[in-house]
This record gives sequence, structure tokens and C-alpha cells, in this order.
Amino acid sequence: MKTPRLLWILGCLTVALLGVVACVAPGMPDAAEPMADAEPEMVEIEYWQYNFEARVLAMDRLIEMFEAANPNIKVVHNADVPYAEYRDKIAASVPAGVGPDVATLFYGWQTVWLDADYLVPLPEDAFPKAMIDDEFSLLAQASFVDGTLYTIPTAVRALAMFYNKDLMAAAGLDPESPPTTLDELASQAAACTVRADNGDYEVQGFVVDLAAQDHHWFREVLVRQFGGEPFSADGQSVTWNSEAGQQAWNYLLKFKTELETGDRDLFDGSTSAFLAGRACFHIDGSFRLGTIANNAPDLNFGVVELPSHNGVQSTFGSYWTHGITQKGASDPARLDAAVKFLQFVTSDEAGSIWVDMVGELPARLNAGSDPELLADPKLGAFAAGLAYAQATFFVNEPDQR
Amino acid sequence: MRLTLRQRQVLWAYAFLSIALVFFVIIRWYPALLSFNIAFRDWNTFKGAGPWVGLENYAAIWDDLWKPRSDVRAAFTNTLGYVLYGVPAQMVLALAVALLLDRIRVLSTLFRVAYFAPYVTSAVAVAFVWNWLYLPQTGLLAQVFDLLRIPEQPFTKSPDQALASIAAVAVWQTLGYSVIIYLAGIKQIPATYYEAARIDGAAGARLFQHITLPLLNPVIVYLTVLSTISFLRLFALVQNMSPQGTGGPLKSTTTVVLEVYRKGFSSYDMGYAAALTVVLFFVILLITVVQLRFLTRRFEY
Repeated sequence: MKTPRLLWILGCLTVALLGVVACVAPGMPDAAEPMADAEPEMVEIEYWQYNFEARVLAMDRLIEMFEAANPNIKVVHNADVPYAEYRDKIAASVPAGVGPDVATLFYGWQTVWLDADYLVPLPEDAFPKAMIDDEFSLLAQASFVDGTLYTIPTAVRALAMFYNKDLMAAAGLDPESPPTTLDELASQAAACTVRADNGDYEVQGFVVDLAAQDHHWFREVLVRQFGGEPFSADGQSVTWNSEAGQQAWNYLLKFKTELETGDRDLFDGSTSAFLAGRACFHIDGSFRLGTIANNAPDLNFGVVELPSHNGVQSTFGSYWTHGITQKGASDPARLDAAVKFLQFVTSDEAGSIWVDMVGELPARLNAGSDPELLADPKLGAFAAGLAYAQATFFVNEPDQR
Repeated sequence: MRLTLRQRQVLWAYAFLSIALVFFVIIRWYPALLSFNIAFRDWNTFKGAGPWVGLENYAAIWDDLWKPRSDVRAAFTNTLGYVLYGVPAQMVLALAVALLLDRIRVLSTLFRVAYFAPYVTSAVAVAFVWNWLYLPQTGLLAQVFDLLRIPEQPFTKSPDQALASIAAVAVWQTLGYSVIIYLAGIKQIPATYYEAARIDGAAGARLFQHITLPLLNPVIVYLTVLSTISFLRLFALVQNMSPQGTGGPLKSTTTVVLEVYRKGFSSYDMGYAAALTVVLFFVILLITVVQLRFLTRRFEY
């Protein structure tokens, strides 16, 4: 009989391999390689961010300028990973011993990345606390953990409301007076919606899309406007399971069930619908200005601050921030290069380039309070929002969505 | 030592074959066995190897399994759902298609290619095409329903229909493989049996019931086992057809393998994820052994 013998061989192999596995418990890959002591030698650092066209272009530009000023540093820019896979790819790169020296992350991921000892503290001499306190947007304070600074942003952003002027005019609404309260948003969205005879949407007044930015709008804006708090002070418990949360939720639901102003499953979400000129009102971050400029330059739109309710004005403030990884800190020359790179991409100059290309407001107050910026008809609404923006303290960002 | 020609040929054969074996051992077995080790550890994906924690990961899975709304519980019930919807549908449909394809002569190759093509298509591509077909309002199905004055259905957007909608795509995608195997099995049945039975006055359904079906038993067993395994391992379709790859809406489509991925690479709990794969491994092993034991019948003619 052939089969039993084959099974026997396979069995032996399995046992042998199990033995190997048990003896050689896989350890951490040795990241630190002995490095030659040469000073003027080229240092290569790897920088990762997720793929978002405007950010990639802006960072390419910054890297070009940085390399010109620091001829012995080369920055490898990896921005091929889509947003949805970005965290997974970073996680997978660690056991493989590869990955970024400098990584851009959503500020809300910091807790989890620090639990894993992935990021190292930023050197105090290069990034003194007093400088962050005095020269950076208040939002950036979330980068401190127990008084230690781990990451630093180029830009910050807030949510505001985009409105399509042409669609408003076509619906008989005044394109110069977009909604300023939640009630006005509901009535104007209903008025702006156009449906075909069979019920198909031709123009969507307002699309509630929790997969886009509306989950932030719900937690940090609507819940507060209806008199509640989204999370407990330590960020450990959800507190929107309340009367106010219920009212806020009903307000969101109304657009789908009662007013029937849109369906997020059409056009692949609310953002695409707005870009395609098929949605009147849309809540999004300032980074969307860059997307619109690149993909729908002819869209005739305006931006206002988020509608208020019960006299409460709120918005969600957040930022993408840069940190240095264990790999980046494993070698003094690379750490030095990484610090220089971070100093450059968080400078006033970088902030000004960033706001032009991406639409996010400079995290540096100097660049951010530029009067020209505040007077900008589109950016102004976001800049005004930063004054009262709420940033969620994320313990576990994906689970808190 | 002098080898005979035949011995040398055999040796060469082993030499070539061993390349595949080495590949198999290093790329598939070794990592698979590693997961047994990881399953006993508190292993953060970022940090790599963690301390030995014994059965803690398994205990955590056991606890989650009995929590009414846990992801893992949803994963196991859904996976069972995919198997219960998918396997019978696939077996019956594939047999019907194979019997029809066996009858036709003209254009038979074209039809076989048409049925087999989805099987060799990437699951991601299939998922995207079906996402478009399922789209509300603008999707092809929605438009056909409109024409026929049937109310539009939400398909993958509704927690009630999503699982069945994805299972249907999985059946459609793998149908071709089963059809080909069935066809091969049908061709193997000697024509003399049918001729003899016809002389004895049997026809139609009786021929099928007493000759075709029993003689296809080995094929049926093989296909049942394989398609059960493929439904138990469903991943790519769900990852690409549920909102943001979360196994939603409301966890209604998540599978065990998807939860393995999410635990390992989104929650960074590689120990838990590895333990879940080990559990899945034993579930598949158990189901396969049971199927082989109870489905196999010997028919002698």
C-alpha cells in the first residue's frame, strides 16, 4: 500500500517541522545593522503616507526642496498604499523588518501605535514643548502622551459644509444664503432634491454617508448640538447612547427615511455624488478642496461653516501627523536625517505649500493665521471652524467609528 | 555504485519533484505551522513575538463565541450560512448544467468556456463587477427590475439579503469547476449500462436515479468536500463586496477568515487571529472527515 507510507512520511515531516518551530521561536527581526561611521555619506530614509493625490503631489514637492537643501539625505517616498490598507500594510511591514523610518498617521492611531512601541519620542531639543505650545494649533496638543511629544503635524483640518451653487439656483434657492442651521439644512436639502417619476434620484439634496465624514459630524457636532457628549472624559466609554444621541441620530435618519434627500449607495458615496455635481450639500474636510481642484475644477461651489443648532456651533478638528518609527531611530545617522526631514515638513514654508496644494490649514499658527488665508472664501470657513473644533480622543480609532 | 538506467531516471524524477516539495514546505507548511505557535502567544502584530500565554487566545475565542453580538460569533454563524446556502445550490446547479452540457454537441465548447470562465477570474474582479450589477438605481439588476415592475432590492446593502447575495456570487464563480468535474464523471459511466437498462424498459428519471446518480457518487463526494472547504474559507468576495471590507452591513456577511484578517491586521492581535485559524483548521478537518465517512457509498454493477 502506497498511501499509508506517504502519510507516514508527511507525518514525520510535520513533526520535524513542529520541532523546528518550537525550538526556534521566531524573534524580532534584528533591525539595527552596524553602520559605517562615515559622516558625509548618503543617508537614505524611507517615508510612507497613504495614497491621496493632492498629498502625494505636495509631499513630492516638499521632498524635492528638502533634498536640494540637504544633498546628503535621500528620501524615498512610498505613497502607493490605499487608505483602506494603510494601517494593515504598516503592521505587516514591521515583522518583515522593512517599512518607513518616518510615517504619516492619523492622530487617532497614535494610542495603538504607541502601545506597540512603534513610534519613538521626538527629540526634545529639536521639538521643544514650548515651541509646540506657542507656535502650533491647539489641536496638536493631542500629540503629547503623558507630556512626551511623539508626532508632529504639517497641517490640521476641520469639517465644513460644501454647497453646489448651480444646483441651489436651479432649485430656486438663493446660492448666496446656504443653510446656517440644522433645520434650514433639512428644508433646503428637501427643496433641492430632484427625483424622476420612478423615484430615482437625479439630484440628491443631502446624502448622509457615515462611511465618509458624517460619523465625525454625528459624534462631535450633532450629539453636542442636541445637548450630549460623545465620549467620557477619559475616552474609555461611549456616552452618546443617550437622549441627545437618539435625537441626533433621528436627525440623520430623517434625510434617508422621511425627507428622502439621497442614498449613499448611489455614485459610490456622498463625496463622489458632490464631485459629480449630483448633490447640493456635502459635509467634508478642507482636504476635499484639493480633490475638487484636481478632479472637478469646474464645479461651482461654496463652503460655509457647519450649520448650528440650539445655538451650539461645533466642528470636528483632526490632523494627520508625522512620527519617527523604531526602524528610523535604530541608527543615529538615519534618526538625524529623519529629524531634519520632520523639521522641514512642519515648517512655516511647508505649511504654506501644503495649504495651497492640499487645502489643509497649516498647523503652524504663523502660516495658519495669514490674513489672506482667513479671507479666502473657501478656506475661511475651515479656518473659522478651528476656533471651536473638537478633536475626539481616540483609544481605538477603527472601532470607535 | 552503479545505477541502472531505470534507477537513474527515478532519481531524476525525484530531483525535479522535490523542487515543488521544498517550495510547499517552506512557503506553505512552515508558515502554517508557525501559526500554531503564534496561537499560544500574546502576539501584537507590530511588536512581533510575544510571551507564551497558553490557551488564553482560545479561551478568548470561546468567550466571544457566546457573546450574542460578537464579531466571531457572527463570523461562525455566517460561515455556516454560506455553506448551507452555497454547497447544495452549487451541487444541484452544477449537476443540472453538466447534464445539459453533456446532451449538446453544437457549440458545446463555447458553452463550457462560458461556464468555466468565472472560475479562472480573479475574485476581486468578480466582486467589483457584481457590486456594479447590484447597485441600486443605476445597477443592471435594478434596471431590469424596473422594467419588469418589480420593486428594487437592496441586495448587499441590506443585512437580510447581503449574505445570500454574496453566496450567490460565490456559487456563480465556482460553478464552472464543478460542472467540468461532473462532466468528466458522466463521461466515465459506460453507455452499456444505459443500453441494458433501456432494454429492460427503464427510462428518464429512473435511469438518472439508478445509474447516473449512484455511479457519480465518488464525484459527488469529492465536489461536496471541496466546495464545503471553499465556502468555509470564503474571504475575497466578502472583503470586496461588504462596505469598507468590514463584513457588514451589521456584520451580516463577515466570515471566519475575514475576522482572522481583521484581528491580525486591523486590531493587531496576531495571537488571537492565529488561534482562530487553528480553530478553523480543525473545523474543516472535522467536517471533511465526517463527509468522507458518511457520503461515500460503494455501488457494484
